[in-house]
Amino acid sequence: MSKIGEAFDGKKAFIAFITCGDPDLETTAACVRAAVANGAGLIELGIPFSDPTAEGPVIQGANLRALTEGVTTDKIFDLVRDLRQDVKVPMVFMTYANVVFSYGAERFLSTCQQIGMDGIILPDLPFEEKEEFLPLCHTYGVDLISLIAPTSANRIAMIAKEAEGFIYVVSSLGVTGTRSEIKTDLTSIVEVIRRNTDVPCAIGFGISNPEQAKKMAGISDGAIVGSAIIKIIEKYGREAAPHVGDYVREMTAELA
Amino acid sequence: MKNQNGRYGIHGGQYIPETLMNAVIELEEAYNHYKEDSQFNEELTTLFNDYAGRPSRLYYAEKMTKDLGGAKIYLKREDLNHTGSHKINNVLGQALLAKKMGKTRLIAETGAGQHGVATATAAALMGMECVVFMGEEDTIRQALNVYRMRLLGAEVVPVKTGTATLKDAVSEAMREWTSRIADTHYCLGSVMGPHPFPMIVRDFQAVISREIKAQLKEKEGKHPDAVIACVGGGSNAMGSFYHFIEDKEVRLIGCEAAGRGIDTFETAATISTGRLGIFHGMKSYFCQDQYGQIAPVYSISAGLDYPGIGPEHAHLHDIGRAEYVPVTDEEAVETFEYLSKMEGIIPAIESAHAVAYARKIAPVMKKDQIIVITISGRGDKDCAAIARYRGEDIHE
Repeated sequence: MSKIGEAFDGKKAFIAFITCGDPDLETTAACVRAAVANGAGLIELGIPFSDPTAEGPVIQGANLRALTEGVTTDKIFDLVRDLRQDVKVPMVFMTYANVVFSYGAERFLSTCQQIGMDGIILPDLPFEEKEEFLPLCHTYGVDLISLIAPTSANRIAMIAKEAEGFIYVVSSLGVTGTRSEIKTDLTSIVEVIRRNTDVPCAIGFGISNPEQAKKMAGISDGAIVGSAIIKIIEKYGREAAPHVGDYVREMTAELA
Repeated sequence: MKNQNGRYGIHGGQYIPETLMNAVIELEEAYNHYKEDSQFNEELTTLFNDYAGRPSRLYYAEKMTKDLGGAKIYLKREDLNHTGSHKINNVLGQALLAKKMGKTRLIAETGAGQHGVATATAAALMGMECVVFMGEEDTIRQALNVYRMRLLGAEVVPVKTGTATLKDAVSEAMREWTSRIADTHYCLGSVMGPHPFPMIVRDFQAVISREIKAQLKEKEGKHPDAVIACVGGGSNAMGSFYHFIEDKEVRLIGCEAAGRGIDTFETAATISTGRLGIFHGMKSYFCQDQYGQIAPVYSISAGLDYPGIGPEHAHLHDIGRAEYVPVTDEEAVETFEYLSKMEGIIPAIESAHAVAYARKIAPVMKKDQIIVITISGRGDKDCAAIARYRGEDIHE
């Protein structure tokens, strides 16, 4: 079991997504620490991309604000070095293939190992293209997280069999963002996943309130929340950390 | 083992969200079935000929030839197609395919608006719903085309994100497709994006080079020495090149939009200024910064204002089979005026980039040599913008 497995060890995981550098890296660090202090079991750090095609308006906005602020991949690596002095929970990067490719995949992934990142999520790298980075991920001990979508159907078993770290189950069609209702038959999808792997799976896209988180973590092994946290950061700016902490506490209380 | 599906050398591939994977697999299967289906091909040929007005003319530009004093110049008149550009070739093919697949709704991105107009036209013809995503900046530059799309029954969604131009329209169309797949086909407008789009679009546009080859054989009894076309994503160029790729003696020249020059940041010349990357579903060359952030490109031509290039072009560049050259705004505008006065043909500002390069090389070629330039579209849509470029305050 990779380090990511610790987040799911005997408990439901609350996974918090935060875009690095929105509105600045100091705020990101404070929000991560607040989320961890209030029970987040795994942190997804978003490296902003100029054209995030899988994101809805909320996370698009965070990407834009961070890039406008001048955040870069190198500055984010420094942020992680700082966080790793005290943050012990597993952390993964979430970004787009070009950010890794352009930096030099080997340079990127070897740095991940050095600074203590445990995995990477690339929404524009489907199963068919994962060989682009997988050999280097294995060399440097970084889990390449697989995504399974409502449309995956006959592909679920194939993806699950080769999954590592955890499986990111996309709850709904479309892009990231909060939703009032999640209609996909996720129970059936998780059943197929569990028949094919012991790797834990968590559900994301559209989760914003404790009821949804409880329901989704009930079906699977955890709940991933992004846009709802980004909205808090957007609202409170540099003062966001305690508010993010309060929110995460409310959410994790439902998962305990 | 890396996936070889849809690769052109190292380029191409399928770098898209899992949500879309079954959709592109279904599309590829349907395409592979229907491209061999005689009824599909008959229907498409009828649409090409009776509806779009194919074959398009190969016109000997005698005055221009004499003026330049070198190679003989032929113009492949895609501007004479219904809707005014080569875009209709691909759209009729994809719309017919989508209809056979049981889709009832087409979505598309558009830059200059020509692909949007063509998609709206095909949707009207085939009784399908149509939504076109267009950068807000482009809806201003190409206001007439916005009206044409609405007149044809399409909904036009102005895209305000990023640079509010073609790349953002592509991103937004991709986002829309992930949210509604069952009844919707994404009618991608160029030889770009994830496999199978670069292949499908190329095949539907290959009618251009098939016709050039036959028409020139009839008129001159030989192949051209050079084929020149403008390149944004690269669909009219790929269509113009395709059947000549095997004829190694034919120079294939793609003209990229240099904007204010390739030594400035206001350029869209991908081969000259970009580097290898992964974006919009494909591996290819892209204008980007050192961290892989896609660059905000610029060209006077909304249709060439794209930070990438189709993967097959990237491959033709790698292996040296095709040349890609930058042409500036100023050169294109000057040529827009030149061709209008010289031949009485107002070319699209996109196509003017190709003509501009021909003007540079024709004089140094021999008189028995032949250049074919693809006039990918007509220039009516550009008149107001060019007038403004020249300092005249004209609004549509």
